Amino acid sequence: MVEKRLSTKTQVILTLIFILVMALLLWWADKGFDSYKQRVLRLIGIYAIMAVSLNLINGITGIFSLGHAGFILIGAYTAAILTLTPAEKEMSYLFGIQPWIKNLHADFFTATLAGGAVAAFSAFLIGWPVLRLSGDYLAIASLGFAEIVRIWANNALTVTNGPLGLKAIPEYSTTWWIYGWLLFTVVFIASLVYSSYGRALKAIREDRIAAEAMGINVFKHQLMSFVVGAFFAGVSGSLYAHWLTTIDPRITTMGPMLTFYILIMIVLGGLGSITGSLIGAAVFAILFEWLRDLEQPFSFFGIQVPGIPGMRILVISALFIAVMIFWQRGIMGREELTWNNLYKWLSGRKKEGERS
Amino acid sequence: MSEDRVKQLEEKVAELEVEVNKPILILDHVTMQFGGLIAVNDFHNRVIKGELLGLIGPNGAGKTTVFNVITGIYYPTKGRIIFDDIDITPFRPYQITHLGIARTFQNIRLFYDLTVLDNVLVAQHHELSNPDADRILIRNGKPPKNTKRFWFWRAVTKLGYISKEREMVERAKDLIERVGLSHVMYEKASSLPYGEQRKLEIARALATKPKLLLLDEPAAGMNPKESEDLMEFIRRVRDDFNVTILLIEHDMKVVMGVCERIIVMDYGKIIAEGTPEEIQNNPRVIEAYLGKEWENV
Amino acid sequence: MNQGVFFLQNLFNALMLGGLYALIAVGYTMVYGILRLINFAHGDIMMMGVYFAFYTAVIFSAPPLVAAIVAVAGAAGLGFLIDRIAYKPLRNAPRISALITAIGMSFFLESFAVVVFGAVPKPFIQIFKDKTILNKVVMLGGARIPLLTFLVILLTLVIFAVLFLIVYKTKIGMAMRAISMDIPTTALMGINVDGVIGFTFALGSALAAASGIMWAMRYPNVYPYMGFMPGMKAFIAAVVGGIGSIPGAVVGGLLLGFIEIFMVSYFPTMSGYRDAFAFIILILILMFKPSGILGKKSVEKV
Repeated sequence: MVEKRLSTKTQVILTLIFILVMALLLWWADKGFDSYKQRVLRLIGIYAIMAVSLNLINGITGIFSLGHAGFILIGAYTAAILTLTPAEKEMSYLFGIQPWIKNLHADFFTATLAGGAVAAFSAFLIGWPVLRLSGDYLAIASLGFAEIVRIWANNALTVTNGPLGLKAIPEYSTTWWIYGWLLFTVVFIASLVYSSYGRALKAIREDRIAAEAMGINVFKHQLMSFVVGAFFAGVSGSLYAHWLTTIDPRITTMGPMLTFYILIMIVLGGLGSITGSLIGAAVFAILFEWLRDLEQPFSFFGIQVPGIPGMRILVISALFIAVMIFWQRGIMGREELTWNNLYKWLSGRKKEGERS
Repeated sequence: MSEDRVKQLEEKVAELEVEVNKPILILDHVTMQFGGLIAVNDFHNRVIKGELLGLIGPNGAGKTTVFNVITGIYYPTKGRIIFDDIDITPFRPYQITHLGIARTFQNIRLFYDLTVLDNVLVAQHHELSNPDADRILIRNGKPPKNTKRFWFWRAVTKLGYISKEREMVERAKDLIERVGLSHVMYEKASSLPYGEQRKLEIARALATKPKLLLLDEPAAGMNPKESEDLMEFIRRVRDDFNVTILLIEHDMKVVMGVCERIIVMDYGKIIAEGTPEEIQNNPRVIEAYLGKEWENV
Repeated sequence: MNQGVFFLQNLFNALMLGGLYALIAVGYTMVYGILRLINFAHGDIMMMGVYFAFYTAVIFSAPPLVAAIVAVAGAAGLGFLIDRIAYKPLRNAPRISALITAIGMSFFLESFAVVVFGAVPKPFIQIFKDKTILNKVVMLGGARIPLLTFLVILLTLVIFAVLFLIVYKTKIGMAMRAISMDIPTTALMGINVDGVIGFTFALGSALAAASGIMWAMRYPNVYPYMGFMPGMKAFIAAVVGGIGSIPGAVVGGLLLGFIEIFMVSYFPTMSGYRDAFAFIILILILMFKPSGILGKKSVEKV
């Protein structure tokens, strides 16, 4: 059976057109949206980077890592410490500050890059003990790592300002910076996945022993995937910090809850699909914001219902459990929304139309 | 003829004999012990280059364990494994595959969610990504599989990579066609019927460009027609791909029909060795199978 | 305070904390032994049990003992229900799916508690009409040890005795042990596997609730996230002791309790890292002896 495929040139041209259209839409949104919608749009971009990077580790390579929040936290703090001026830091560090921390300063791009690099390096270190473990243990060990980082951030007063966190971080994360980094993330990871290395990672996900038997150094490739995923997590952390303008090591903001949110995004979108992660991130962000209404008082058929805080997470968790039980494959399953697939789907539909 | 001349000719003949009957794999007094259980007991034998060697024996005799020791999954309690003049005993499975030994599994272990093409392509990845195994080759005076570096960055940026990918795809498609699986090239491995899955597993192993191919019960679960096709297939593989084949099998028709030499194991030890005819009439072999399962004789 | 007295006080604190961890750890290890599932929601079931006790005592003015019994029974029922609704449908799915669902269940329970019970911490001592019991102190060799500590240690021992009776001397206990070795064969023996699994969840949840109630007597703040850390630490205890082994869970729990109490007492500057110790121990044990102290190595057949 000959497979219907579009030529590579066609695909590249279509992709470039798509990026152009997206850029135009973003420009229009940037000008036209009110500030609230703009904020959500930017959050979608940040979540998308988090989702795509976690998907590389969990969905494509099959490493069940729950430590993503740890890398995001590392990236956030590294970048924020770099973009805040020494004077600002002097003022906000309540317990004093390490001199070398105070004197670090860089521009936003370098700071974000550094955030990614430090996160990637920590992934390299933590990968050696953690990646040798099997599925369940790996999950807990990676969660443990993320918790250790968070608890350290809570206690290292002269480095991170402890529980107070960093405030008044300059809001450098514009729509363009965020979506620019998102584009880079998707291109990088997609290019990796659509190469011999990507196939090797998927093989490791399918069957580690068989992969090793086919000559793949499983540990090395897992580490590679882990480090790349962590790099982009660190980048997303920096963008997040400069969007939220304050970061602190609380359980709810930079802890397991954040990892849970990202997990929801990639499961909803389809574990193992890059385009799925993008869709999942967008759906989650919009849904989560929309559910905010539930936490305000509202009227339901004329009855005044008081706002209940925490309702959002309840609904999201319940939905998540329902998805896991009834619709595990998520929106895209493991497939991608590629030009080829679209073309096949469309021409398949046409054929049916012709027949009848 | 002078005595010297005779001696010269004898030495030449001996040399040529060694070349022709050169062992590609030597198991040097290999013992594999798990706690109190001795799974492989002083296995001392060799595989001649180019031969079709069978490894048979009742269930639990230790045959798959021998495979696992050869391929580096287990480190032998005693003894060494020498492949192509290299002592491969301390090496990890992925390195040993890179050095030229490929295998299939008793329970098929395909990459089920990947397509047939991807399964075969993955088996070529090791050429790009094993600098340490290449160093082993160089240290032992053999050519490395790969001379270019930074393949990871090449793969991501696609610079200096596209031609390599094209080459790998060509090779994979060619292999798939020779094996007779072109019609399912883009199907997921999970959707293939059992017989084709077995073929795919062998094709995938061949894609690693092995010198020695280990097949673990390739005829398991096949009906007589399928096993006949398989016999023909194995012979063709050995001839067309220039590989040495070591085969574990329970189906006696396949073993007797395909193997040139057979080693028989029982309780971890070698109890007999010889041609199919010799083995069939060997009382020790018959005794080992009698009272245990004996299929398809 | 001299060294001996200091040590004695810490010893009893460690025994108590260790016992509480052990009770929760046993629940984890039983479920993991049978289903190879880390029930992330276990710590949150403990939290729900504490809330059950609290509301039974406060709203229905029940005496503490009755409240405790209701709570334990309620938690057992909750555990059973969660298995039926969320985990049973995924019995044959890849393990990752069940794990992710357990995580989701954990967050569900926590947010449920936030919405229904409120995020503001509640004082658990309200369930005691007669507060004097909380202040009684016993003198042992110069050390002042709260009566409560003794009671908790005693109760824990009793509970474990009962547990060992159930697991090793009853039919259902034998069924549990059989299932942990081989599910299909056990099913072929005519045992109602799903029923026994449900019972295991119920039993583990009951233990967790008992532990939670005693925990709340000692650390009297009740809030929706109170189960997260103890749950994590209990799981780590189970792994350290050898996951799947009930004696292992006990050993692991005691070990973790001891390390936590003694580290904080003898190195007070590290007290902020109190929770991190457990995770560090986890990573160390997974690196050097992943099967745990009392665990067995399982080899995957190739």
